[in-house]
Amino acid sequence: MTIAEKILAAHAGKERVSPKEIVDAKIDYVMVNDVTGLPAFEVFEEFDTKPILEKSVLIQDHYVPNKDVASAEQAKSMREFAKRYGIENHFDVGRGGVCHQIMIEEGFAAPGRLIVGADSHTCSYGALGALSTGIGSSEAASAMATGELWFRVPETQKFVVDGELGKHVMGKDIILHIIGDIGVSGSLYRSMEFYGSAIESLHLSDRITISNMAIEAGAKCGIIPPDDAVFDYLKNRVIGEYSPVYADADAEYEDTFEYAASEIVPVVATPHLPENVTPASEIDVQIDQAYLGSCTNGRIEDLRAAAAVLKGASKSVHPDVRMIVVPASKSVFEQAMREGLIGIFMDADAYVSGPTCGACLGGYMGVLAEGERCVSSTNRNFIGRMGHPNSEVYLANPAVVAASAITGRITDPEDLLEG
Amino acid sequence: MEKYIKGRVWRFSENVDTDQIIPAIYLVTGDRQELAKHAFENVRPDFAKDVSDGDIIVAGPNFGSGSSREHAPRALLGAGIKCVIAPSFARIFYRNSINIGLPLVECDVDAADGDVLAIDFEDGKIVNTNTSAGCTFPSLPDFLVDLLDVGLIENTKRKLMRTG
Repeated sequence: MTIAEKILAAHAGKERVSPKEIVDAKIDYVMVNDVTGLPAFEVFEEFDTKPILEKSVLIQDHYVPNKDVASAEQAKSMREFAKRYGIENHFDVGRGGVCHQIMIEEGFAAPGRLIVGADSHTCSYGALGALSTGIGSSEAASAMATGELWFRVPETQKFVVDGELGKHVMGKDIILHIIGDIGVSGSLYRSMEFYGSAIESLHLSDRITISNMAIEAGAKCGIIPPDDAVFDYLKNRVIGEYSPVYADADAEYEDTFEYAASEIVPVVATPHLPENVTPASEIDVQIDQAYLGSCTNGRIEDLRAAAAVLKGASKSVHPDVRMIVVPASKSVFEQAMREGLIGIFMDADAYVSGPTCGACLGGYMGVLAEGERCVSSTNRNFIGRMGHPNSEVYLANPAVVAASAITGRITDPEDLLEG
Repeated sequence: MEKYIKGRVWRFSENVDTDQIIPAIYLVTGDRQELAKHAFENVRPDFAKDVSDGDIIVAGPNFGSGSSREHAPRALLGAGIKCVIAPSFARIFYRNSINIGLPLVECDVDAADGDVLAIDFEDGKIVNTNTSAGCTFPSLPDFLVDLLDVGLIENTKRKLMRTG
C-alpha cells in the first residue's frame, strides 16, 4: 500500500484499503479557522452533543485582527464556542498565527496521523508524513462531534525529484514546476507522494511549501516520507506519540513523474492559474506590490531568503513598490526579530505586520486596486484573488519576491546580483 | 432528492474556482441567501441578478477548485441552483456539495447559456431539450446517494444516536 492507503487503513481499522473504496476513518485532529468556523459552529448546534475536546483545534487567522464588524462577530463566535465547551486548543490574536503554521509548530501535525481542517491548505502537514486534507465546515462540525469522517481512498501518484538544486531555487519552484507540468487538475482526487535526493535535501520549511500547494494540482494530500529532519523538528514539540508510515515496496502507483533538479529554476506562475509557470528570468513585468508571507512561504527560512537578497544587494524596495512582510506566526516573528531580519526589512522600507492570512485571499492588509500587479509568495493567482477583479498576482518564491521588490519588475535574484 | 429535474443553463468554462463562485470578502456569514447575492460577482455580475430558482450550471473540468469554503455551494443553493454538471469537480467542493444537498453530475454535456436541460437521476441521463444533445452518467455509490438524500447533518445525528 502507499502512504495514504496505509494511514487510511490504520484509521479505519482495516488490514487493507484500495483506491476508490469509501471508508469511515477516525481522525486525529479537526481544525477550523475564523472564516470556516462560524458555519461549522452553527451546524454543530444541531447535534446536541459536545465536541471531542482533545481533537478540536480552533485558530483565528483569516480576518484577525478583525478587519470589520462582520469579521469581528465571526471571530467572537469562535471565542464563544471555545469558552462554551472548554476547548483549550483555541489560538487567538497574539497567541498564534496562520493556522497551518500553528498546527505544525504546536505539535498537532506528526507522521502517520490523519488530520482534517476546514481550510484547503490543510494538506501542508504531508511534509511531516501525515495524511492531512481540507474539508468543509459542516463536515468539520461532524468530525468534532463524532471523531470520524468518510474518505474515498485516493489513487496515488509518485513524484521523484533527483539531483542538486540551484541557488535561489526553493520548494516553491519545485511544486510550481510540477504543477506547470501536470496542470491544476493533474492530481485531482489523488494523493501525491514525493521522493528523490532533491526532496531529501530540503529543509522542512521547503517541504511544507511543496505539500501546501498539492491542492493547487487538485490533490487530496501531498505526502513526503518523514526522515530525521521531521523527527528532530518534533522533539520537545509533538503532542503525544506518533509512528511514521512508509509505502510498501510493492505499493501501486497510478503514475510516476520524474524530474531533474538541475532543470528547475526560480519561476513565477502568471495570472490566473498556478499552472502558468515561466522562469522568472524570462518575463518582464512591472509590479506595484511585493508580498512575503502566508502558510506557503511565511516561515523563518522564507524571511531569511528574502532578507539575504535585500541585504546582499544593499538596496531598498523600489520607490514605486510596496513590500509587505507578514511572518506566519508569533514565533516566526520573534525569531525574525532575534536574527535582525525585521530590521533589514524595515531599513529597506518594507512594511512588516503581525501574522494574518488577510491579503493572500484579498481580505485586507494589502488588497490590490484595479490594474495593480503583485508578486507574491502565496499560493493562488486566481481572478480577483488579492483584490480587484482586474488586478494580477504572480506567484513566486521569497527570494524572487525580494529581488522583484528591489527592481520594481519581476526579477530572478541571480540577475539582480549580476546587475 | 428529486429524481427528475428540468432547468435553464448557466454555462461556465473550465477551472471555475471558489474565489469566482463567492469572493473571500463575503466570507463573514454562512447564510445561503446572503451569500447568493454575491455569487460570481467578479466574473459574471449578471448571475446573481438574473438567476432563477431551478436553474442549472454547466461547466468545464475542475469546477470548484481552490478554497475549502462551503460558502461556495451554499451560495449556489441560495441562488436556487438545482444541479451542477461538469466533466470533473475539485474534491472539497464535491464533498461540500453532497454534504449539504447540492447534486453534482460528472458528465460532459453540450449546452449553451439559456438551453433547457432535463436530468433524470434515476436513469442517469441528461437531454438538452434545445438541441437534443445528451449524455449519460453513472449512478453514485449507495453511500453518497444516501448522504445527498438526507444530508450530512442528519447522517451525523444518526451516527451519534447509534454510538450513544
